[in-house]
Amino acid sequence: MSKEPVVTVEHLSVRFVGRDASVAAVNDVSFGVDAGKVLAILGESGSGKSVTLRALLRLLPPRTRVEGRIRVAGHDMTRLDEAGLRMVRGSKVAMIFQEPMSALDPVFSIGVQIAETIVRHEGVSYHVANRRALELLDMVQIPSAARRLKSYPHELSGGMRQRAMIALALSCRPQLLLADEPTTALDVTVQIQIILLLRQLQQNLDMAVVFVTHDVGVAAEVADQIAVMYAGRFVELGPAEAVIGSPAHPYTAALLTSTVVGSAFGKRLEAIPGMPPDLRALPVGCSFQPRCRFAEDRCRSAVPPEFAYAGAHMTRCLRVAAGEVALPGPNLGERSEVPTFPSHFGEDP
Amino acid sequence: MSGSAVAAHGAVARAGQDPAVPLLSVENLTKHFAVKGGWLNRSGGLVQAVDDVSFNVRSGETLGVVGESGCGKSTTARLIMHLIARDSGRISFAGRLVGAPHGLSRRDLHRQMQMVFQDSYASLNPRLPVATSIAFAPFIHGLGKAAALKRAMQLLEAVGLDPLQFANRYPHELSGGQRQRINIARALALEPRLVILDEAVSALDKSIEAQVLNLLVDLKAHFDLTYIFISHDLNVVRYISDRVMVMYLGKVVEIGPVHRIYRSPQHPYTQALLSAMPSMDPRRRTLRAPLSGDPPNPISPPSGCRFRTRCPFAEQVCEAVPPSLLAVAKSGAVACHMRVAGSGHSRADKAVAH
Repeated sequence: MSKEPVVTVEHLSVRFVGRDASVAAVNDVSFGVDAGKVLAILGESGSGKSVTLRALLRLLPPRTRVEGRIRVAGHDMTRLDEAGLRMVRGSKVAMIFQEPMSALDPVFSIGVQIAETIVRHEGVSYHVANRRALELLDMVQIPSAARRLKSYPHELSGGMRQRAMIALALSCRPQLLLADEPTTALDVTVQIQIILLLRQLQQNLDMAVVFVTHDVGVAAEVADQIAVMYAGRFVELGPAEAVIGSPAHPYTAALLTSTVVGSAFGKRLEAIPGMPPDLRALPVGCSFQPRCRFAEDRCRSAVPPEFAYAGAHMTRCLRVAAGEVALPGPNLGERSEVPTFPSHFGEDP
Repeated sequence: MSGSAVAAHGAVARAGQDPAVPLLSVENLTKHFAVKGGWLNRSGGLVQAVDDVSFNVRSGETLGVVGESGCGKSTTARLIMHLIARDSGRISFAGRLVGAPHGLSRRDLHRQMQMVFQDSYASLNPRLPVATSIAFAPFIHGLGKAAALKRAMQLLEAVGLDPLQFANRYPHELSGGQRQRINIARALALEPRLVILDEAVSALDKSIEAQVLNLLVDLKAHFDLTYIFISHDLNVVRYISDRVMVMYLGKVVEIGPVHRIYRSPQHPYTQALLSAMPSMDPRRRTLRAPLSGDPPNPISPPSGCRFRTRCPFAEQVCEAVPPSLLAVAKSGAVACHMRVAGSGHSRADKAVAH
């Protein structure tokens, strides 16, 4: 048990079937996350990152075709019935969302919502559950926790609401936490607080985390592994330092050079031409091929399989795997010049 | 008014420009919103959205405006555009007071100054083909129908969309990036000199954002524009701006050249904001959050310096006296007692400057 990853996904495909067309939202995605590790799925809107996350909990609309194997905390998620799913959701696997205001119930205080979850899943009394709720609010560093238990979601600030949602998610000590852009709606000074909190809790509780984001910076702050998703496929998967420091797929490289960081200032940005493909009609072959400056004829003939690259890295690029193209790394450059805070006033450089 | 009159008007205004006069000058701009609520909606308090804000925008520069939600950056933009009425303060454009007798009228102002919003869909009329949307303002301002449409076609070309392919499409038929290009074309249709970009690239994906940023840089050079670029993304602001203004709870806390602000921020809030940026480098992760808690509610902001409740250096003087925005030696200006000699703050120079 201890050796088995908390979540294993093999050849996951998700298709939304409609009357006129079917949308290939996720195509042949495989990954595993061990206890105590964070996988960040990085992708732009419509790349299928949130659908992948929801598929892990079977939170998809009825007209959806899901193929592949999903094992979460020892359960085969594709075989579980509704009762089984209810048991796994919340207790073994929990999820946090971008917008806590719509994820929390507006008519109950956060203390009641947390206690209810504990009572449902663990069968303890409300007295015990309330005590746990208080501990949880302390754990997510909500000041004056006893008073905050009685607060309703609308009475909390954005950052506090996000902390309350994290407390709710952790109420039954899940083995796996799914995070869907949990810091995107927050201001930058609050975002970093939530990132640090999640990092600390994940390590203390030895949880596996799958963290979906569109922000390279957030992924770099939280992830052990980064998966880069494009048009429903993982085009690259590897250790965070490797993916950001020496990307192994042209899309990742282009994404990093078109993101404004470091010493890009004053230069023209290398934008990726064109736009992401229509998921109803994916291009033949590699889905990034129409926008890729390294594309050749064989990129257009078949979907590239997953290649092992430089040890722990996976890439779906034929040419990178064959060692034919050298991709530029990002220019991370100038962060060291930003003074650490609080700096010492009075001594001007 | 004929088409040539529209063109001539712009030419005259441009020719009469004195380089010493800032293109836009904002003095003591203030806007408080009343909050409904309380007993029979009588007393809900005031949101001090923008409070005594002054700054200049020079011709040809890009002024970046940064700050967290509720800091008043968008309200400032809307006040300058006269989309909402200000409580007090003076706005002058190219040396002419706006809205005063013998000053610039609102209509004239809108010919010189246009705005692009964050929501590319909500800011276009869903029932008009995009070329008609672009041609609408020139038509209203007196250009003939055919000439206005011709200008729309030229602008579509200028923002990188093929006129033959896109002119007759409706907003819902375009992607977010394409719609934002249309909004930029629409903003340029009156040949303005100043364009306010309010989170104009924030809703776009990174790969599309880079395309639009490149476009904005090109258009600025081609049409000789001045930008006010409002964003919460500190990297993008650094990329595009010449000067940066930092706002907190309705006040300007710091303003200065982009390199000075990012390399040697003088206000503790600016410092905190910059060190809260995610690191982009997994080997050098952020280890401590620079600030705790959220920004306070703008309905009843703290007395004195509004940042003092989150500032690690706050002292008694910060509670008692609001700091004013004063020039700093390095260039630009900052509103912090620590930067004023003899202010009474223990970290300030004791001697009073001469």
